[in-house]
Amino acid sequence: MASPTIPHEEVTLRHHFANDEQQKDASTIGMWVFLVTEIMFFGGLFLAYFAYRQAYPAAFASASNKTNLWLGAANTTVLICSSLTMAMAVHSAALGKRKLLVAFLVATLLLGGVFLGVKAYEYHDKWVHHEVPGAHFECEGCVDAGHAPLFFSLYFGMTGLHATHMLVGFVILVILIVQSAKGKYTAKWHTPIEMFGLYWHFVDIVWIFLFPLLYLIDRSKTGLK
Amino acid sequence: MAHHDNHMADHSENHSEHIVPVRVYILVFLTLIVMTWVTAFVSTVDLGRLNVFVALSIAIFKASLVILFFMHVKYGARLTKFIVLAGLYWLILLLFIAMVDLWTRGWMGVPGR
Repeated sequence: MASPTIPHEEVTLRHHFANDEQQKDASTIGMWVFLVTEIMFFGGLFLAYFAYRQAYPAAFASASNKTNLWLGAANTTVLICSSLTMAMAVHSAALGKRKLLVAFLVATLLLGGVFLGVKAYEYHDKWVHHEVPGAHFECEGCVDAGHAPLFFSLYFGMTGLHATHMLVGFVILVILIVQSAKGKYTAKWHTPIEMFGLYWHFVDIVWIFLFPLLYLIDRSKTGLK
Repeated sequence: MAHHDNHMADHSENHSEHIVPVRVYILVFLTLIVMTWVTAFVSTVDLGRLNVFVALSIAIFKASLVILFFMHVKYGARLTKFIVLAGLYWLILLLFIAMVDLWTRGWMGVPGR
């Protein structure tokens, strides 16, 4: 069966949608429903955090002071930069600028890599200082040190789940970069780029809350350290 | 900007294909960066119980900017806006009802609480 070659643009509208706009609205709404489940997924961890923080405020404050404020703020900056490059990638796709789209997606991937690199350095630092909950846990100079592991469990759980989302994002990004370079996405149809943008910005938002909650408790005691 | 105008003309009937001007993205980006460092520096000032409220207010402000502009919800369909608000409503229920319970348990003087 020799089928005629159909230009890609002509088949982007599936037959069960009335028009391009309805098709895209359906994708956007579906993506947001998924993101709402993600909000509730992270929400459970945030609730655990707030519940234990109000139960053991002193332990949370002194354990939080063990984090590196400068690295946290710098990493937040890096992640916001990657959100800008992602927004610019969607923008380039909408204007049909293929090379710019690929460049901005690659920039997003690289900035994400820098973020996880810094995160890995921080994890390593916690590891060598015995600040990982477990048999060898130590929290030098911590107030209410018996409850300090609760903070670090939540720290590793929440940043770990966030980092996992970024790793998933990397895999999708690589696929999108290859497809974009091959010219799969046009000004008329680039919905996967837009949907991935929503995912990437969501991951950024999670970090926007993790940064003040994990790094910025009771900093007046340590100053800018 | 000429390119931008041409594009809008091509899709004049398609409101979900709204192209946000680059300067809006840059402005949002700069605000997010400034607020990140503001929240970092403010945290080193002892405001007592207000510290956590300032930190969370700045985070909510930053998240709102990302949702409205980077995620295009400001320009999106009404159903999208409704789903976003419904999600946030459930998150507030989850956090607020549970925390109100924990905050007020001591008030009744019930033994064991």
